[in-house]
Amino acid sequence: MNQQLRRAAYRTGMFFVSIALVAVLWELYKIVGPEKGGKLFGIAILPRSNDTAMPHIWEMLSRYAEPEMRSPNSKLIWFVVLKGAFYSFRLAFVGFVIGSTIGVALAALMTRFKTIERGLLPYLVISQTVPLIALAPLVVSWGGKLEIFGFTWPRWLSASVLGAFLAFFPIAVGTLRGLKSAPAASLELMDSYAASWKQTLFKLRFPAAIPYMVPAFKLGASGAVIGVVVAEISTGLKGGIGRLIIEYARQATGDPAKVFTAVFGAAGLGLAMAGLVALADVLLMRNRPKETTT
Amino acid sequence: MTFVNRLRNFGVPFVFGVAFLAFWEGAVKFFNLKPYFLAPPSKILSQFFDNASRIWDAASVSGMNALVGLIAGTVFGVAMSFILSRFRFLNSLITPLAIALNAVPIFVLVAVLNNMYSITSEIPRRIMVSLVVYFIVLVNVAKGLTQVKTTHLEIMRSYAASDIQILRKVRVPNAVPYLFTALKISAPAAVITSFVSEYFGGSQNGLGSRITSNIANSKNAAAWAYVLGACLLGLVFYLVSVVLENVASRGSGATNTSTK
Amino acid sequence: MSAVHVAGVSKIFNQGTPKQVDALVDVNLTVEPGEFVSLIGPSGCGKSTLLRLIANLLEPTTGEVTVNGKTAAQSRLDQDYGMAFQQAGLFDWRSVAKNIELPLELKGWDTEKRAARAKEMLELVKLPEFADLMPWQLSGGMQQRIAIARALAAHPPLLLMDEPFGALDEMTREYMQGELLRICAETKTTVVFVTHSIPEAVYLSNRVVVMSPRPGRITEVINVNLGENRSEDTRAADNFFAGITAVREALRGTHADHANAGAIRGVEDR
Repeated sequence: MNQQLRRAAYRTGMFFVSIALVAVLWELYKIVGPEKGGKLFGIAILPRSNDTAMPHIWEMLSRYAEPEMRSPNSKLIWFVVLKGAFYSFRLAFVGFVIGSTIGVALAALMTRFKTIERGLLPYLVISQTVPLIALAPLVVSWGGKLEIFGFTWPRWLSASVLGAFLAFFPIAVGTLRGLKSAPAASLELMDSYAASWKQTLFKLRFPAAIPYMVPAFKLGASGAVIGVVVAEISTGLKGGIGRLIIEYARQATGDPAKVFTAVFGAAGLGLAMAGLVALADVLLMRNRPKETTT
Repeated sequence: MTFVNRLRNFGVPFVFGVAFLAFWEGAVKFFNLKPYFLAPPSKILSQFFDNASRIWDAASVSGMNALVGLIAGTVFGVAMSFILSRFRFLNSLITPLAIALNAVPIFVLVAVLNNMYSITSEIPRRIMVSLVVYFIVLVNVAKGLTQVKTTHLEIMRSYAASDIQILRKVRVPNAVPYLFTALKISAPAAVITSFVSEYFGGSQNGLGSRITSNIANSKNAAAWAYVLGACLLGLVFYLVSVVLENVASRGSGATNTSTK
Repeated sequence: MSAVHVAGVSKIFNQGTPKQVDALVDVNLTVEPGEFVSLIGPSGCGKSTLLRLIANLLEPTTGEVTVNGKTAAQSRLDQDYGMAFQQAGLFDWRSVAKNIELPLELKGWDTEKRAARAKEMLELVKLPEFADLMPWQLSGGMQQRIAIARALAAHPPLLLMDEPFGALDEMTREYMQGELLRICAETKTTVVFVTHSIPEAVYLSNRVVVMSPRPGRITEVINVNLGENRSEDTRAADNFFAGITAVREALRGTHADHANAGAIRGVEDR
């Protein structure tokens, strides 16, 4: 356990070192790169290196301590970004929970009924190669207009639904693989105990599936975040980090460092979701034999 | 696989698909679903053919961005993976970064990239796609170059083979299936990223922008048709990568591997 | 009442198709309570199939299988037997004690009773300190002992074993054979034991059932009588070697039909 902690600390440390390296490269380019951008082999591929297009790293960091807008009542920007990121986090979390519940339930159903597996699995697999994200604007457009049983569809729900949609597919596929991974000998053993299908599901299949479900849930978590953020930026959903990014990007000529604060906020959002799943991973895989990984 | 098995494996999903479409079509009519919610498949299809040439144009723009990014990202990813396999210590720098970036919606960087280039340039989107593809390819190909069977290495060492020879004769062939696995993941990712990048402003010729503009004009069925176009684009990219994989692995008995 | 009664049983896979396999044809066998019976024969002779028919994991094509006076199906529902396979098959995510408790959980025993029984079984197989360890922390031999403890947890009158010691090294194997005999004597369990190894079959059994393939059938049943107290000395005794020779010749006898004189494939001679 101690060794695991040390490895994790080392990895985190190296992560910050690599981030620092990226920052150094950024500043280096600012020094040597063309102010107005330039061409490489005839393609206009070199970005502008002036302070408006590429603010200094320290400008980005110090921007957090400044107020969001020039008006006197404006809150400090780190607070605004944090609030936006938290709003999006809640949406992504709801989407993740919905997507994973349906995904796991469907996987169990497909394990029980081979016909359903045959009929649905190809679509589940293909859906991961197809840009379902294209549906984002459509789903968000339901907001404020759709009514079910007298309940008007709130716009934020579209973001969560999109997140759920993107999370659902990898989770369903991964869980199905995991449920089917139970060794034949163990299934025979449960048979010899005259165990019911439900008992076999909960006492054998699900525990055997956990090593497959964890990476699937990681994909699902990142899918939920992507779904929510895309929903926000494609339609400017109020309150979330996506909207902040779009707004601040528009103000970039006057306030170049501002958009970076929101971009880092979005990164933090993704890491927070991933962190939740990683936590669950640690808790669930406590007693398992350690796989050798690099 | 027996013929009956093949029939079942194809037939059942086919039936499910048809049933789903029939249900969709029927539900819209029966429940009188509003057009802004759901358009019936029949209408979507007719809109698709009506707008076919415009969809094609938009798809070409989005598709070109995806393609350029895919190629650039693959080239740089492979190059970097060779460097990684030579200088192993770099691994501990790159891997944590790659893992963290996996969890993060990095396409938001387009907002930043848009500022660094002229407003009509497609370069920011292409760079974004390249970045996404780069990391996927890098992680997978590096794995293929470094995770070689110990017995193979021992045999080569017993032949006093140089590092370059080991690279050419053992590591590279080992890495080829990993490259194609990376491509199968990157190709759809490239399309999705190219797509999503269009929501950040800039030139409005791609599929993403078309979808939003159609919705803004309350032409939802047309928007669905563009969505269909986007899905087909993604599918084409994926299928091409699968074909490439099959062509490359013919007769090599390669096994399936994957890392994201 | 016999512990196991197999009457006129045959098992045919893919009947009527070109892939038809006559796994077992017209098998008759009776096992008395407290007996230790081994099934031995080359690959394809149907010994594992026969074991699974007794366990009601397969249905016979013809004939009847009676276990403990009931149909095989009813016996399975009543949990009248425990089963052990070549792979110990312990659940990675459960502690050793919880693995033993599995059949009891399925039968709805309450927590205290289960824990007490698990403790009792651990003492029976002489591994009481390992209760809270995880299976992957144990050696292969220990895992098999836990698997046996699990198989006997509900105190079934019958134990079915499919080459349980096949994956172990020779020394551990001989030790496990001794332990198995001790445990079965203590619990007075009837055992049907499938093996590839002639010495193992002879050492453990009261009767050795010799089978042969194509089609799978019983060719001979050899009585072995090594006495009540077996030990290391037994392995050097004359009657032990006589038993081995008798079984070997019975196996060879079946192979002579297939023009494979001299070599017996699929059976160990060590």
